[in-house]
Amino acid sequence: MQETTANQVAATATSSFTEHLQRQRPDLLPFGQHLPAGSPAGAAPLQAPHGTTIVGLSYAGGVLMAGDRRATMGNIIASRHIEKVFPADQYSVLGIAGTAGIALDITRLFQVELEHYEKIEGTLLSLDGKANRLGAMIRSNLPMAMQGLAVVPLFAGFDRPAGVGRLFSYDVTGGRYEEQEHHSVGSGSVFARGALKKLWRPNLSEQDAVAVAVEALYDAADDDSATGGPDPVRQLWPVVYIVNRSGAVRVPERELAAMAGTIIESRAAARREA
Amino acid sequence: MTQQFYVSPEQLMKDRADFARKGIARGRSVVVISCRDGIALVAENPSPSLHKIGEIYDKIAFAAVGKYNEFESLRQAGVRYADVRGYSYDREDVTARGLASVYAQSLGAVFTAEQKPFEVELAVAEVGSSPDADHLYRLTFDGSIADEKGFIVMGGQADKVSEAVAAGWQGELDFAGAIRLALSGLVADKETATLPASAVEVAVLDRASESSRGTRRAFRRLEDEDITALLAEEN
Repeated sequence: MQETTANQVAATATSSFTEHLQRQRPDLLPFGQHLPAGSPAGAAPLQAPHGTTIVGLSYAGGVLMAGDRRATMGNIIASRHIEKVFPADQYSVLGIAGTAGIALDITRLFQVELEHYEKIEGTLLSLDGKANRLGAMIRSNLPMAMQGLAVVPLFAGFDRPAGVGRLFSYDVTGGRYEEQEHHSVGSGSVFARGALKKLWRPNLSEQDAVAVAVEALYDAADDDSATGGPDPVRQLWPVVYIVNRSGAVRVPERELAAMAGTIIESRAAARREA
Repeated sequence: MTQQFYVSPEQLMKDRADFARKGIARGRSVVVISCRDGIALVAENPSPSLHKIGEIYDKIAFAAVGKYNEFESLRQAGVRYADVRGYSYDREDVTARGLASVYAQSLGAVFTAEQKPFEVELAVAEVGSSPDADHLYRLTFDGSIADEKGFIVMGGQADKVSEAVAAGWQGELDFAGAIRLALSGLVADKETATLPASAVEVAVLDRASESSRGTRRAFRRLEDEDITALLAEEN
């Protein structure tokens, strides 16, 4: 009798917000919705805004993540202002590519998940723990990914015990892969990756690292129509977060405006095709 | 066959209330003070890991006295309530009033329906943009809820501690002043004149967390060194 009570208490004790929602309010979860199995023949595929390119790279003091500002729906620009890189908690950030609506909700759930654990347990989750939780959320979204509503995040954080910044990529099945040096996801990722291979060097300074990320996004926007470049007309610049020992901070707009300006000027002065 | 004796509802409730009161008075006191810088929560608690004070949400904190297992389960329920509400509506829709009313209902239900009432007393504090906008709610074991102004003292020799805090309380105190006042209140029922930093648990709800620390989460736990440093800066 006593043993079963202990088992019950242990089984219901959870520090995970997602688990709590699964038990009490499954309707609030962004994934796990039952969609009709396949669209009727001849029907147009579901159109929903898609987030595009995210780049992440390591530098001397930690890691950095940057995302462009465009969401597309087929050949239409759905949003020029969307932000796709978010702080997950004090020491980590995530960027999202894929179906924007689900991705934004997964981001919000992930942020609450980390804060909830911190409040219940009184301590921060380890960086590997955070990366695994995000993987589990992406895996939960697999049924919807198979219907075309995939979400692919990039996760970066500062591992405080080890004293290094680390970068994690995911596939749609929730597979988690630790990346070295740099990585990119989303429609323009191929071009961004090419740029990063040429621009990235070990032990970049913080400022150089921001410049490399902005330039990689510029190159992605140059060749991928779904990625937005810097927009001096509307004064829109990529969203860039830096994560180091003292936490995650957003790079101010005016610094990004200056960096984007320098890149545009140098490209214009070179008068070359690429 | 055992005979069922008639017990009047008055007697039953009185017995339960006496039982709960005794349990709460056995412990040590907690002081919650609203001041110029925000809200200071101070508890006499020698354990550095079993907390009596906790963060519930951006602007909301929790303090409790009584049985640890009972108030800890209430604290966790409060965190879950606040996080579900903030996730399904919006962060600003989570209020201390809503949380306090959920606590009042659950305490009231346990008091009347369960074998034994909760031997706890809770404070729910919400920091506002100005001291006038602060909310302090006191919840007792029977589900009663009281909206307090200025400060709350709970548990232990609450009357004596409350007298000492009331004598020194004013709205213009900063955190150092408020924590000093709370500590002087906590020793009101003791022989010693001061408590060491390791014997108290201190946390604050920072009124200006957005501008000073760049976070919407106002709750901050003070380490022993922070407490010693804060008390050392005599004004």
